[in-house]
Amino acid sequence: MKLKAIAFNTFKEAVRNKVFYLLVVLGITSAVSSLVISMLTLGDKEKVLKDVGLASIDFFSVLIAIFTGINLVFKEIDKRTIFNILSKPVSRAGFIIGKFFGLALTLLVALTSMAVIFFIFLLISTGNIDLSILIYFFLLYLQLLIITAISILFSSFSTPILSSIFTISLYLIGQVSWTFNEFKSQIKGPVQQAIGYFFYYILPNLDKFNIKNDIVLKTSLDGYSIINGILYAVCYTTALLVLAILIFNKKEFQ
Amino acid sequence: MHALEITGLKKSFKSNFLIKKFQILKGIDIRVEKGEIYGFLGPNGAGKTTTIKCILGLIRPDAGDIRILGDLANQIKTKARIGFLPEQPYFYDYLTAEELLNFTGMLFSLPSKVIAERTKRLLELVGLTKKKDIKLRKFSKGMIQRVGLAHTLIHEPEFIILDEPFSGLDPIGRKELRDIILSLKDEGKTIFFSSHILQDMELMVDRVGIILDGIIKKEGKLSDLISHSVKCFEIVLTGIDPDTITRWNPSVECLLRDEQTIIKAANSDESNSIIRWISGQNGKILSVTPVKMTLEDIFLEEILQ
Repeated sequence: MKLKAIAFNTFKEAVRNKVFYLLVVLGITSAVSSLVISMLTLGDKEKVLKDVGLASIDFFSVLIAIFTGINLVFKEIDKRTIFNILSKPVSRAGFIIGKFFGLALTLLVALTSMAVIFFIFLLISTGNIDLSILIYFFLLYLQLLIITAISILFSSFSTPILSSIFTISLYLIGQVSWTFNEFKSQIKGPVQQAIGYFFYYILPNLDKFNIKNDIVLKTSLDGYSIINGILYAVCYTTALLVLAILIFNKKEFQ
Repeated sequence: MHALEITGLKKSFKSNFLIKKFQILKGIDIRVEKGEIYGFLGPNGAGKTTTIKCILGLIRPDAGDIRILGDLANQIKTKARIGFLPEQPYFYDYLTAEELLNFTGMLFSLPSKVIAERTKRLLELVGLTKKKDIKLRKFSKGMIQRVGLAHTLIHEPEFIILDEPFSGLDPIGRKELRDIILSLKDEGKTIFFSSHILQDMELMVDRVGIILDGIIKKEGKLSDLISHSVKCFEIVLTGIDPDTITRWNPSVECLLRDEQTIIKAANSDESNSIIRWISGQNGKILSVTPVKMTLEDIFLEEILQ
């Protein structure tokens, strides 16, 4: 009941913010513009449509996750609305988890809205729907949950500007974390190798969720990678939230 | 069992450079009886809000014990029995008054039927029924204070903490809030509140605690503190101007108001001596009134010490 109240209130806050609608509309507009770009392209129009469309939805949904997430806890402390929550029978862990689920619901609504419109345009322009795109959106959603957990973690102890810098940095590193894997296999010495392993496992590996090339090129999807991605998202998100709760539990509201 | 029992509460904060610690609370002891209204007084920076935040678990004390209705204050089950109205309450301004009360009710795990019934009753009590669908960002400071009070009472708490509840209210709002607080007392609830508006406090509280520089300087029943203490005697007369009086005795405090001279005598002996002198000068005494100590006088006396 309490978690539900905090989650729905977070959702309500996000959807009553004009910036949220602006980002969703920009995402949709950008995805739809892929139709125009595909018309101007020689060759496989469907490929361009999917490539540009999915990249647009990816970009704007990540923006929503970062910019809603970084304000989530900080704003509560800054505007002192946190006093009204934590003076009630609500644990600090409950507050963080409620906020996370609220943002997860917001992202689900935003992503669904963009996905539905993208599917409609895909159907209009190609005459068929590639259902494997649903798996792409599902994995994108898992990626967004990790980004949300990262932004909540930073939001629990730093300002929105620093949180956005940290979160965007980790998101970008996460896209190329496979390079750490390459790097650790090439370095010698136990200490250096330990450092290589440490960064590879501690930093988010968002590359696991990127199946855009498989979708665009219509190659078959690897079931093992998808299950691996789901388990990774669950474990990584849980670890981030536990860390955020531990930090938040130490916090004093002066 | 006390409604609130604070023993040896200490709290210090680190300065920006993490070197020096500032002790805000230096060992607070407070006992609030069940069913009473306790006024918590103190100038800015004395430690009032820090004490309240310690009670609510928003900050952790360095030392000391806080119990509410017999249970440790920082427990979730204890918080379910507390109602808290913060100073200048900040609520989610995208919510309407009705949504805020619904949200608050859910935080106390109240059934939706109970929330709906209490929301209706409380909005009526604070006079916001007609404004229930307006977003809080459009509310005035006084209206926020009213909806804040309604949100404080949604779960029918046994122990209520009000931090500066009169701030932002007009005289009518203050009168209405006083009546609500007194009716809560009649229902057997315990109210602990801080306020700078001492006249309002004086009209309601059973006991007061004055906090200065992190310690309780004075505590006791309001009636004991102010009933027997006469601050001065006020003599109102005509026929003698203040200059004549000052020439006779430069230490006497006097002024002219509406063609009447008003003299303030520090005690009964001085008052008698002035009255005798006035009679000798053919002055006409209109009244002699003993001026009792007010809560404000006691408060200022403690600060000036």
